[in-house]
Amino acid sequence: MPVFWLILSVLGLGGAGYVAGRQRALASAGGDSRNLHSLPSYYGSNLFIKTVVPAFVLLIIWLLVQPFVIENRVIGLIPTGEIAEGSNINLVMAEVRRTAEGLDNLVALGLMDEDDASNMRADISDVTQRLKDAGQVVTSTITQPILHAAQEYRTSSATGSLYMTVAVFVLAFAGMLFGLKETQSDFRARNIVEASVKILLIAAASIAILTTVGIILSLIFNTVEFFRLYPASQFFFNPTWLPSFGGGLDHDGNPLSKLGILPLLWGTLYISLIALVVAVPIGLFAAIYLSEYATSKVRSIAKPLLEILAGIPTIVYGLFALLTVGPMLISIFGDGSLGWMKAGTAVMTAGLVMGIMLIPFVSSLSDDIINAVPQAMRDGSYGLGATKSETIKQVVIPAALPGIVGAILLAASRAIGETMIVVLGAGAAAKLSLNPFEAMTTVTAKIVSQLTGDADFASPEALVAFALGMSLFIMTLGLNVFALYIVRKYREQYD
Amino acid sequence: MYDAPHTERAVSQKDVKISANKVQVYYGDTHAIKDVDVQIEDKTVTAFIGPSGCGKSTFLRTLNRMNDTIDICRVEGDILIDGENIYDKRVDPVQLRAKVGMVFQKPNPFPKSIYDNIAYGPRIHGLARNKAELDDIVEKSLRRGAIWDEVKDRLDAPGTGLSGGQQQRLCIARAIATEPEVLLMDEPCSALDPIATAQVEELIDELRASYSVVIVTHSMQQAARVSQKTAFFHLGNLVEFGETGKIFTNPEDPRTESYITGRIG
Repeated sequence: MPVFWLILSVLGLGGAGYVAGRQRALASAGGDSRNLHSLPSYYGSNLFIKTVVPAFVLLIIWLLVQPFVIENRVIGLIPTGEIAEGSNINLVMAEVRRTAEGLDNLVALGLMDEDDASNMRADISDVTQRLKDAGQVVTSTITQPILHAAQEYRTSSATGSLYMTVAVFVLAFAGMLFGLKETQSDFRARNIVEASVKILLIAAASIAILTTVGIILSLIFNTVEFFRLYPASQFFFNPTWLPSFGGGLDHDGNPLSKLGILPLLWGTLYISLIALVVAVPIGLFAAIYLSEYATSKVRSIAKPLLEILAGIPTIVYGLFALLTVGPMLISIFGDGSLGWMKAGTAVMTAGLVMGIMLIPFVSSLSDDIINAVPQAMRDGSYGLGATKSETIKQVVIPAALPGIVGAILLAASRAIGETMIVVLGAGAAAKLSLNPFEAMTTVTAKIVSQLTGDADFASPEALVAFALGMSLFIMTLGLNVFALYIVRKYREQYD
Repeated sequence: MYDAPHTERAVSQKDVKISANKVQVYYGDTHAIKDVDVQIEDKTVTAFIGPSGCGKSTFLRTLNRMNDTIDICRVEGDILIDGENIYDKRVDPVQLRAKVGMVFQKPNPFPKSIYDNIAYGPRIHGLARNKAELDDIVEKSLRRGAIWDEVKDRLDAPGTGLSGGQQQRLCIARAIATEPEVLLMDEPCSALDPIATAQVEELIDELRASYSVVIVTHSMQQAARVSQKTAFFHLGNLVEFGETGKIFTNPEDPRTESYITGRIG
């Protein structure tokens, strides 16, 4: 039975359990719900949970484990002679899987009957051609051992699925019966539901955390792999970024590609710095206006408008940089006038546009923080004869400062991680230069360009993307931790 | 209940410091203060009592134009301080507030050091020409706030780290530092324990020597203990105003008597 229908059936069973549980609880209380420990719906929910949850847990585990078991069985069927020069067992297994899929498709399309699919021999019938006719992609001619492995793969999968369906149903029924048995008027169904809600919430939180851990682990493994192929000292201290497409080594045994992170790091920090120089004052002043000076009417219109800026996709900002800001800067600093700027793509262009992108980020967070400063602080200051701006400068901002610093650091970590604006606004040249009117590039932009080529995924030229990603991750993580630390440490100052 | 000594009777002969005539205050459409006339004397403690929502705090805040910071609030009538109408267009409310200091219900020290809390007003108004003078003002204010001995060794410590009673005395010292002529106190002891309350009340009594003090309080005992004049507000009206001793022992208005004896409020 396909997994989708299996899930639906189990849910249907759970629904039936809900109704049954409700009725049984009411019956056990003589039809008077006041004699029950919990509301009738809690008994129903308890049965639903008992029916569905163990069955689904089993289903998930089965789906995760089954492929491993089957692959291990099938791998044993492939003779070492089938593994071609320069290939490996994984590639052969991929071919087996594709063949199995193709056979499935052929049967589904009615081009082959089930008996043929299971017993056909590659040396007799032209399987390769028939698979290709059915639209399946196969890379080489299917040999008999591979076909045999694929057939084995198919039948194992089918049997596995059958067992799985049976096991899941049995467990669902068992859970339902168990639940029905415990449904008595004094059974504390409400507490069970309460505990289940808690577990559900914990599960949601764990998924988020585990995903993060998974991402970090995949970064770490690939980074370690990169440093095995490429010297770390070159990566961290070489001042040039010049990947060679073929890869390989020169006659001294050094890699031909120069993969120094320094120019990329410099570009990232330079652009982020300009972005923050733009965003922090404007965002902060906007926040002060909105929270202290604007009437509630103006605020109710202006704040959402400002936050629309935050909803614009960064690629649109990138276009803005490319089409509007770049040419505008050229007309001011370009060859026609000052002659400092050669092309529209430059650190300045990307920095300015990124700064605009960050304004709502800074202003919205700062506005919330400034609003959280108690009115008593302001009253105290006004009561001493301070003007509005004196009050803001000397009382409100210092009281809100930790939060504002946190907001700025969060904005900084966004700037560091920004990609599209850089790709379109700053150019692609990795350069170590102080001139803000030159094209530069950042870590993120280079990660994209290293992975979008057709380079071999096992080469240092591609793996460097993970090392770059890891460096970036550590940087932004550090900034975020620092921001949280600052916010926490000084948060209690007014209260 | 309260037997006002003769010496304090003499106080009532002092000059009038604040004179309010036909004051009306509106919050939007709500008429919060109706036709209040009151003469507040110099070097006297005047207490405003009355049930919650009767307008006593609102009226207090009209005396230094703190209500200006509330958009929907509107004040009519005249309030004269030393004969000058503070709602005149030529009066700068910011300057006025330096002259009419205010202490709030909840102690609200700034998140700065004790020294900077006190120096805040003098710095804004340029009262000190150099650091030595500022140090002098800070010490003098803290001494008059009766808190100098407790904080003199930790002037750099944050003001928020003090206890509630100390914080309130710090706020009083902060208000004194700008050399006001009138000190307004909006329930200054309602967030304090009895010991801290006693310290603040003692301080209020000392401050009477130099300032005109107006205090809003919910505690009738406190009004009786610290004030020489008492005004009773009810539903936005000033019901009765007179010698504290007289209000508490022999009130003229039946509403005052009901409130004092606990029948309304």
